[in-house]
Amino acid sequence: MLNFIEKTGDYFLSIVRDLGRMGLFLLSLIRGLFSRPFRFREVVRQLRMIGADSFWVIFFTGAFTGMVLGLQGYYSLRKFGSEGLLGSAVALSLIRELGPVLTALMVTGRAGSAMCAEIGIMRNSEQLDALECMSIDPFRFLITPKFLATIISVPILTQFFNVVGIGGGYLAGVVLLEVNPGAFFSGIEQSVVNQDINLGIIKSFVFALLIVWICAGRGYYVHKIRNGGFGAEGVSRATTQAVVMSSISVLVWDYLITAVML
Amino acid sequence: MEKIPVIEFRNIVKNFSSQRVLDGVNVSFESGQTTVIAGASGQGKSVTLKLILGLLAPEEGEILVDGTNIVGMSRKAINEVRGKFGVLFQGGALLDSVTVYGNVALPLRERSFLGKDEIDIQVRQMLKQLDLEGHEDKYPAQLSGGMKKRVGLARALMLQPDIMLFDEPTTGLDPHITLDIYRLFYRTQRQFGYTAIIVSHDIPRVFNLADKVVILNKGKMVTFDSPEEIQMSTDPVVADFASETMGHVYRSNEME
Repeated sequence: MLNFIEKTGDYFLSIVRDLGRMGLFLLSLIRGLFSRPFRFREVVRQLRMIGADSFWVIFFTGAFTGMVLGLQGYYSLRKFGSEGLLGSAVALSLIRELGPVLTALMVTGRAGSAMCAEIGIMRNSEQLDALECMSIDPFRFLITPKFLATIISVPILTQFFNVVGIGGGYLAGVVLLEVNPGAFFSGIEQSVVNQDINLGIIKSFVFALLIVWICAGRGYYVHKIRNGGFGAEGVSRATTQAVVMSSISVLVWDYLITAVML
Repeated sequence: MEKIPVIEFRNIVKNFSSQRVLDGVNVSFESGQTTVIAGASGQGKSVTLKLILGLLAPEEGEILVDGTNIVGMSRKAINEVRGKFGVLFQGGALLDSVTVYGNVALPLRERSFLGKDEIDIQVRQMLKQLDLEGHEDKYPAQLSGGMKKRVGLARALMLQPDIMLFDEPTTGLDPHITLDIYRLFYRTQRQFGYTAIIVSHDIPRVFNLADKVVILNKGKMVTFDSPEEIQMSTDPVVADFASETMGHVYRSNEME
């Protein structure tokens, strides 16, 4: 019984310690933004890796999301004789919800996991210690460029997702299911307002912050992970945790932001 | 002439979970000297180096670097102190995605105001001195263990530090490469004149480099002015260590 209480106490203490570390990580992340010299070339390199290299995965995810929305939307709206609203339904679903959320989830899976693994391996092989010993701030040198690249890329990728998704919805609804194209586009024009676009943009910025904070943070503290964070297994565990936590955080914050802004 | 301690540990206590790694340690490291910290694996030798660099904090005690206590220092202040140090990590700790040239140039690019051409001259000079010419464009994964140590040493020496810390510099290397690394150490120390602290369990060979030896065992440090003194010690812990690891101690002229 005492052993159980001790283990339970240990578990909750480790959660509190973890939250504290992540809080300090966020502060150090913000501090790194104002440290000099600024690594412009590294930001550009990260923009290519996080942003440009995600082009095809976002394209296909957006296209097929739009197509399935078009398909499902058509058959649902047909029950009420409202096929003409298909464009509105597809566009609003993408711009307000699916665009920001699915883009964030794809970037988490692709770039977030890579970020966590890279930083985790650097931690385990003492590369981060080496940077600190050379009085080089690992946040300014390593993490800030990733943060800036993610904050720039994710909103752009989200808008790209929305455009491709609407195209997919058009393909499924208008081309394949013969919905009136004029009704499709006029529905979008009438129903999508600035508030919808702002909501999507705000979500994409918040999700970008969450992705870097959680994924880079888990990699940075891989050696502090409960039940062993060393070696390849430690990095693997940290990466899995990072992707899961980041994905869940995106969904939770999606609800919170929507609840506040609606 | 009185020896000036450049680093001092005063009553240092360091724990990891329930294990006491350093238990009230008092030791000093003098300027211009080479001190070897020896001990069995897991005794806290590398922890000692990390405490000196401020990468870990002790539970109790003071660590003085040039007379200033670094325990509890701000991040900015500790970064200034770290400017005195160069470090050769056990595995080299080279940045994986950066070439040999990039790794060696890193300290100058990040911490000096030198132009690109001046940096290039200094980097190529250092690569030549450490027999790394021709390997500039290789990545760490393409290097042997001994080469990685050379690159790590080159990087550590770029800012001409006052104090060099070596964490198990010859672990995992064959005897021939080990001798090469020791010769490199001897040559660079004569050239750059740094104070050196070497953590190693390559005993007794590493004692050939030492002006002073510190034995770390069961959380305590005992200092000796020569390897021969270790064998004459009546301390049972030190005597056990000496008989298991040293055998007959001799001074050789291998490093000349």
